[in-house]
Amino acid sequence: MKQTHTFRADSLIAGYDETPILHNIDVTIPSNEISIIIGANGCGKSTLLKTMARLIKPTAGEVTIGGTPIQKIPPKKLARVLGLLPQTPIVPEGITVTDLVGRGRFPHQSFMKGWSQKDYEAVSDAMDMMNITEFADRHIDELSGGQRQRVWIAMALAQQTDILFLDEPTTYLDITYQVEILDLLTDLNRKHGTTIVMVLHDINLSARYADHIFALRKGKLIAEGDPSSIITSPLIEEIFGLKCSVMKDPISGSPFVVPIGRHHNKIRKHS
Amino acid sequence: MNELIYPIKSGRIKRRRRFLTVTTILAVLAFALSCTMLMLGNTIYPVRDVIGVLMGEEVSGASFAVGTIRLPRMIAGAFAGFAFGVAGHVFQTMLRNPLANPNVIGITAGSSAAAVFSIIVLQASSTFVSVSSIIGGLVTVLVIFTLSKSTSFSIGRLILVGIGIQAMLNAVVSYLLLIGQENDIPTAMRWLTGSLNGATTEGLYPLIVTVLIFSPIILALGRRLDMLELGEQAATSLGINTSQTRFLLVVSSVMIIALATAATGPIAFIAFLSGPIAKRLVGAGFSGTIPAGLVGIILVLASDLIGQFAFTARYPVGVITGILGAPYLIYLLIRMNQKGDL
Repeated sequence: MKQTHTFRADSLIAGYDETPILHNIDVTIPSNEISIIIGANGCGKSTLLKTMARLIKPTAGEVTIGGTPIQKIPPKKLARVLGLLPQTPIVPEGITVTDLVGRGRFPHQSFMKGWSQKDYEAVSDAMDMMNITEFADRHIDELSGGQRQRVWIAMALAQQTDILFLDEPTTYLDITYQVEILDLLTDLNRKHGTTIVMVLHDINLSARYADHIFALRKGKLIAEGDPSSIITSPLIEEIFGLKCSVMKDPISGSPFVVPIGRHHNKIRKHS
Repeated sequence: MNELIYPIKSGRIKRRRRFLTVTTILAVLAFALSCTMLMLGNTIYPVRDVIGVLMGEEVSGASFAVGTIRLPRMIAGAFAGFAFGVAGHVFQTMLRNPLANPNVIGITAGSSAAAVFSIIVLQASSTFVSVSSIIGGLVTVLVIFTLSKSTSFSIGRLILVGIGIQAMLNAVVSYLLLIGQENDIPTAMRWLTGSLNGATTEGLYPLIVTVLIFSPIILALGRRLDMLELGEQAATSLGINTSQTRFLLVVSSVMIIALATAATGPIAFIAFLSGPIAKRLVGAGFSGTIPAGLVGIILVLASDLIGQFAFTARYPVGVITGILGAPYLIYLLIRMNQKGDL
C-alpha cells in the first residue's frame, strides 16, 4: 500500500511570466484518493497541477509534502514520491515500449548502472497493469492514441510514486479509451492506494470517478468536496457560465450534468 | 510474475547486445582507420615501422613522415571527429531535432569567426586563439537562445535564427580572409570547410586536454540527456534539474567543439551527421553519446583518407564531408517539411 502524505499548497500565487493565474489558493490533497480538478478553459487547472508538481515556481505561497517545501526536497528523491504525466509528453524517435516505460525508473537508478531486477519488476508490473505487455518490443510510433496513452501512464507507474498527477490524461481519446484509462487509474488507486490528482475536461466523467473535486474559477478555488454534495446547477453555472440541469447518473449514481442551450431549454417529460 | 518479466527482459537484453556489438564494431573501425592514417601517404610504411615510431624508435624516413606529419594529422582528425560527433548528438537530443546541431545553428561558425578574427586582426598566440574560439562559441549560443526566446521558446525559431547567424558569421570569416594579406588559399579553406593539413603535436594539446576533461562530463550526463528528450515537464517530474543539466551539457559541448574548430576548422556536417547515423545503427534505447563520437571519428578519418588519396588532386577533409552531408540535409528538410516538423 502506498504511503500517506500530507500534501498541501498554502496561499499559492503562480502563473507564467508576470501574469498571475492562481490567486491565493489553499488546497490539501486527500491522501490515497482520486481528486479531480475541474473548471473552465484558462481558469488555472493545469497551472495548479504543475505548480504543485514543481514544474512552475510559485510567485508566492508554498507547496509542502509532510511539512517540507517541495523546492527543498532533492529532485530525485521527490521524483520517488510525486510523479506527473504531462499533457503532451514527447516521444523520442524509434524508442520501444519497454525502453520508454523504463525511463520512469530514472529516479530509482544509480549512476551509470544498468537495470536491476527491481527495475524489470516495476516495468513489467506497470506494463501488465496497463495491458501493454504484448507491445513490449514495438515502437511507440506504431501504436494508436489510446495504446500510446497507456504506455505513458505505464511510464509514470514504473516510477512507483505514492502520488500521481495527470494533466488531462484522456484528451484526444475516443470515449471508449477515456473510460478505459479512467477505469485503469481507479484500479491503481483501489489496489495500491496511489493518490491520484488529475485535470479532466469531462464534468460527468469527473463526477463519476472522483472521490474529491476541486472546482476552480478564474484562479480561485470556489468549491471542493465529494461530487454528489458539491455538483449542483448553481455551481456549474458559476464555473462555466452555463445553465444546466443536474440529474443522477443512472449507471453510477453520481451527479450528471445536462446542459441547457438556446435551442434546447425545456425539461421534457418522458412520454 | 516471472513469465511476464521474461519477454520484457529478453527484448531489452537483445537490444543491449545489439548496442554493445555495434558500438564495438564502430570502435574497431575507428581504430583501424587511425592505423591506416599512419600507414598511408606518399610512402606506405608497414605496421612494424609505424609501431616502432610510436614506441619512440628511430626508423629512417618513417620517423619524420609518421611522427611529425601523419600522427598529428590522425590525432587532430580523431579528437575533432569525436568532439563534433558528441556535441552534435547532445544538441540534437536535447533540442529533439536533428537540424539543431552546432553545424547548422552556427556554433562552429561562431568559434571559427572568433578564431579567424584573433589570428588575422589581433595576430594572437595559439592559446589566445583557443580561448577566443570558446568565447565565440558560447556567445553564439547565448545570442541564438536569446533571440529565439521572444514570447515563448520554440526550437523551430531557434533553428531559423541559428541558420541566419551562421550565414552572417561565415560572411565575417570570408571578409576577414580577404583582408588578411599573408593568408593563402589552403588557410582560407581550413577556416571555411575544415582541414587536417598543418596539424602539429604542440598545437593539439589544448584540444586533447579539453576533450579528455569535458567528454566524461557529457558521458556521465548521458541518461539525464535521454530524460531531457521527453520534454521539459516529463524530465522535471522524473527528478531532473533541467536548467542545471542543460547548462552543463551546453557548456561542455561548446568547449569541445570550440577547441576542435580551433584545431581543424569547422569540418562540415560532422556534428550534423554523426548522431543520426549512430542512432540508426545502435537503436534508440541506450545512450547514443559514445557511438555518435565514434561515428564522428570514422567520418572524419575516412573522409580525410578519401580527400587525400582518392583523386588526383588532394582535397581538405571538409570538402568531402560537405559532399556527404549536403544531400542528407536536403533529404531531412524535405522529410521534415512533409511531416510538418519544421
